[in-house]
Amino acid sequence: MSDAPDYAAIGFRCGLEIHQQVATTKLFCRCPSEAPPPDDEDPDFRIVRRLRPSQSEMGEVDAAALAEARRARLFEYRGSHASACLVEADEEPPHPACEDALDVALTTSLLLGSHPVDEIEWMRKIVIDGSNTSGFQRTGLVARGGRVEDVGIQTLCLEEDSCRRIRDEPDRVVWGLDRLGIPLVEIATDPDIRDGEHARNIAARLGGLLRATGRVLRGLGTIRQDLNVSVRGGTRVEVKGVQDLNGIPKVIEWETRRHLRMLDVAQALQKRGVQAAAFAYTPSDLSPTFSKTEAKFVRSTLQAGGAVLGHRLPGLKGLLGGAKKEDPRLGRELAAYAKRDAGVQGILHGDELPGLGVSEAEVAAVRQALHCGPEDSFALVAAPRPTAERALRVVVERAARALDGVLAEVRMAEADYSTTYLRPMPGAARMYPETDIPPSAVRRERLERLRTELPPPPEVQVANLQRRHGIGAEEARQIVHEGLIPEFEALALAADASLAARTLLAYVPDLEKRHPKSAPHLATWTRTVLAGVKVGRLAKEGVPAVLESLASGEATTLDEALAKRGLTGVDPAEVENRARALVAERAEFVRQRGAESVGPLMGLLMKEYRGRVDGALLNRVLAREVERLLTAAPRA
Amino acid sequence: MARPIAERFAAAGVHLGDTVRLVHGDRVDEGVLMPRHAFSTADVAILKLKSGYNVGVRVDEETAIELVRRAEQRPRPSRPIQAQSSKPTVAILGTGGTIASYVDYRTGAVHPAASAEELAYATPEIFEIANVRAEVVYQVFSEDLTPKNWLELARRTKTAFDQGARGVVIPHGTDTLGFTAAALSFLLKDLPGPVVVVGAQRSSDRPSSDAATNLVAACRIAAEAPLAEVVVAMHAGPDDTRIAIHRGVRARKNHSSRRDAFESVNARPLGHVEGDRVVLTEPHRAPKPGSCRVANNVAHDVVLLHSYPGLDGATLERAANGRGLVVAGTGLGHLPHAALDALEALRKRGVVVVMTTQCLWGRTDLNVYSTGRDLLRAGVVPADDMLPETAFAKLCWALGNATDRDQAIEWFTKDQAGELSQRTLLLEAPPLE
Repeated sequence: MSDAPDYAAIGFRCGLEIHQQVATTKLFCRCPSEAPPPDDEDPDFRIVRRLRPSQSEMGEVDAAALAEARRARLFEYRGSHASACLVEADEEPPHPACEDALDVALTTSLLLGSHPVDEIEWMRKIVIDGSNTSGFQRTGLVARGGRVEDVGIQTLCLEEDSCRRIRDEPDRVVWGLDRLGIPLVEIATDPDIRDGEHARNIAARLGGLLRATGRVLRGLGTIRQDLNVSVRGGTRVEVKGVQDLNGIPKVIEWETRRHLRMLDVAQALQKRGVQAAAFAYTPSDLSPTFSKTEAKFVRSTLQAGGAVLGHRLPGLKGLLGGAKKEDPRLGRELAAYAKRDAGVQGILHGDELPGLGVSEAEVAAVRQALHCGPEDSFALVAAPRPTAERALRVVVERAARALDGVLAEVRMAEADYSTTYLRPMPGAARMYPETDIPPSAVRRERLERLRTELPPPPEVQVANLQRRHGIGAEEARQIVHEGLIPEFEALALAADASLAARTLLAYVPDLEKRHPKSAPHLATWTRTVLAGVKVGRLAKEGVPAVLESLASGEATTLDEALAKRGLTGVDPAEVENRARALVAERAEFVRQRGAESVGPLMGLLMKEYRGRVDGALLNRVLAREVERLLTAAPRA
Repeated sequence: MARPIAERFAAAGVHLGDTVRLVHGDRVDEGVLMPRHAFSTADVAILKLKSGYNVGVRVDEETAIELVRRAEQRPRPSRPIQAQSSKPTVAILGTGGTIASYVDYRTGAVHPAASAEELAYATPEIFEIANVRAEVVYQVFSEDLTPKNWLELARRTKTAFDQGARGVVIPHGTDTLGFTAAALSFLLKDLPGPVVVVGAQRSSDRPSSDAATNLVAACRIAAEAPLAEVVVAMHAGPDDTRIAIHRGVRARKNHSSRRDAFESVNARPLGHVEGDRVVLTEPHRAPKPGSCRVANNVAHDVVLLHSYPGLDGATLERAANGRGLVVAGTGLGHLPHAALDALEALRKRGVVVVMTTQCLWGRTDLNVYSTGRDLLRAGVVPADDMLPETAFAKLCWALGNATDRDQAIEWFTKDQAGELSQRTLLLEAPPLE
């Protein structure tokens, strides 16, 4: 990567959109937000559907909806009865909004100093990529205004989460219904963000605030950040799906450099005097040119009866590539449109050829066939003929729009922090009222009640935890940051506070990662196991082994887990006898070292009893025996 | 008492669709004034913001209402329907319902197709299948249709055939779709081609609507199927890939919301449509050239009554205030003994009493228990394996056209359109999943 852009100088503007899943029931049905993860390959049911854009009588169809309709595909939905009902299947009208989720949204708006609307009107936002069985996402604007640090809040919405994409197959997209309908609090900030680091800090702050409500889901994918980015002379682009906070500055940097590159390309085209009309679609069949090609992919396409179609790209020579492969490039944009709208593997363009098996002679022949001038480049698509036609048309249309610089698009953040075109930016035309759901009035009494129940700011919560439970500052901070206060307080009732903290912060996340299917049961199991520690069924050292035994499915009860791990109870008398015997065996050593001998002897005993007997108890017993020996009559 | 909100906007010269500014102290809201939800709070106005979101804003005497901009009036383009002679003609008789409805994205209001063009262009794919001749017969909720409407629909259907249609498609609200399909089966005789009653469970203003797939399948049946019966075309399952063809007299709405709400009861569906193929798998009546006949009349005084624990004679007698009574009895077709006395009175009044089973699946049998035998003695006519709704439509037809009570009973007990069968097969798991 090159040096980060000078954000202030380029008129950089950026706003954040945070989406946080809420731990209640789903928004418009009473399925749980949290349920055991479904088996994608053996679902309880499958449904095959199509979606079509519904044309309004105004003759307006949303641009995003049209782009999707162009790719008429089947959608297969897979569901588990534990997490989806007729509402997710779009076989029953939505139920009224979840009042608890609405409380979480209103509480968040109060924490941000936002102004709740007087009545929430539920809307349908048309989305026909199949990510919602109904063809729209239900959403409501809850509050406007407010502030987080030095950044203004634009809106706070409560909306349903979409389906989980399982995979793409040639004729269909396969979706999971478990995530569909989970309430999402969406916070959109004003474009006040100055740079990537600023964005990361604001995102972290908003995340902490949401978790302070104690009613949000935790873990991978439960909070998602979208970025709205623009620079002077360009337009706003939405980047979706930035997974982790640390990725935010990197994605912002890459996307900003892409904007600058697109603006450079537009300027260069203008200098070359290229006009949009020059991009009129006139494809050429270049299959004969490649009849003896060394390019493997092209050859196999032709052998399978496909075609190589080509098109001149006027004025674009030298503007399609970049200095480095990982740099933002126009060529990559063209390919993304072709992949997305026509389903081809990719395209070839003049700036990367000769290469990839395409010879210099072939390039010369292509340039001649397409009547390329010295400043012109070209695009090639090798695919079954109808697919190639569709792809090439999309490529040429996108290339023509290089004149416009940055396009209003929704893009996807990739794992390498670059971004890829997803769909055009949807307009207001895609919103219309959800007539099946009554509006939710926001009454003053409700706001008053929520105000009295408002959680204290995170730093106060940390201090409170330390004071109440005597745990360390770092542990308290983590508990607050992870939104684990209710879980911690419940556990701390039944067990030692620092053991409760360690269990929640270390053991449980590790088990969740290694045994995701057991995640929903971990809360119950940790309570049972820690209660067992309290009554002396096992020692605190045995907690990880016993939880592992339960989470791995090796055991289903505490007794079974203790038996499987050889941690069944030890008779206190036995411990005492063993300690006495050990002290007697090592009497010489004990006399030499006095009270200091307890430490080394403890090590020996712990080997025998780890996890079965509490270390503190062992220590007490051992100290007593050492004491007894030392105070007994010295040997003659 | 504050003035109603509509009055306040009217006084400010603001109408729905206008852009308006509401100023309340230091709070300013600007947006397009939208229709209120039936359950909106009384003093809340709904504004569509620039972002597309609607929000509810409280308006009181202190709120200043300013008109910013009048709504744009955009004329709707007119698209006349073109005839293409090479394809078969299908007549579409609209009755209302969600199957062909339009959404105004600006206001969110949904209205059923009001003109032939709107009806046809809701699903333009049908022009690839047939020459479409569309007309709007009714624009009502299906629960408001009456037997009189059935007769009018039957007449229009005959006219459509007489004017050269190969098949007739009737888009219909699903609530009473089964009643209409059964009624048309009795009111129309010697059909020359298919009559397809079709509905949708998800309104056509949403991308996931089943309206288009059902309507396209219905047109395909009307244009291509070698069938001359009244049938119902609706989703066979939750998938959008298979549409079932039910015999009109056997179809019943068995779910309040699912796409596959309609099932053939005590019979198998006649076939299905998958992709562009119409497959008929059960015996059916083939088209016969010539003109069909329409019944002259239909009775409006038949009552349909669901029996229940505690039903007594007085209630039964009061309910049966016309010439016919269809009872959906319990089990094999029973009424509480307390209600039996009333039957004698009804018989004296000349009321035809018909017994069906509220179990829906299976047939009546009044010979097994003494209650049944008492009912038979009281002159009750068993409806065998006919659905209660079908029996109701059939009795409306029979009483409306027979010369006397006895003839009506004779017609009723005879199979007219496949609504009765002698044999019930042990079909696997007919109900939902």
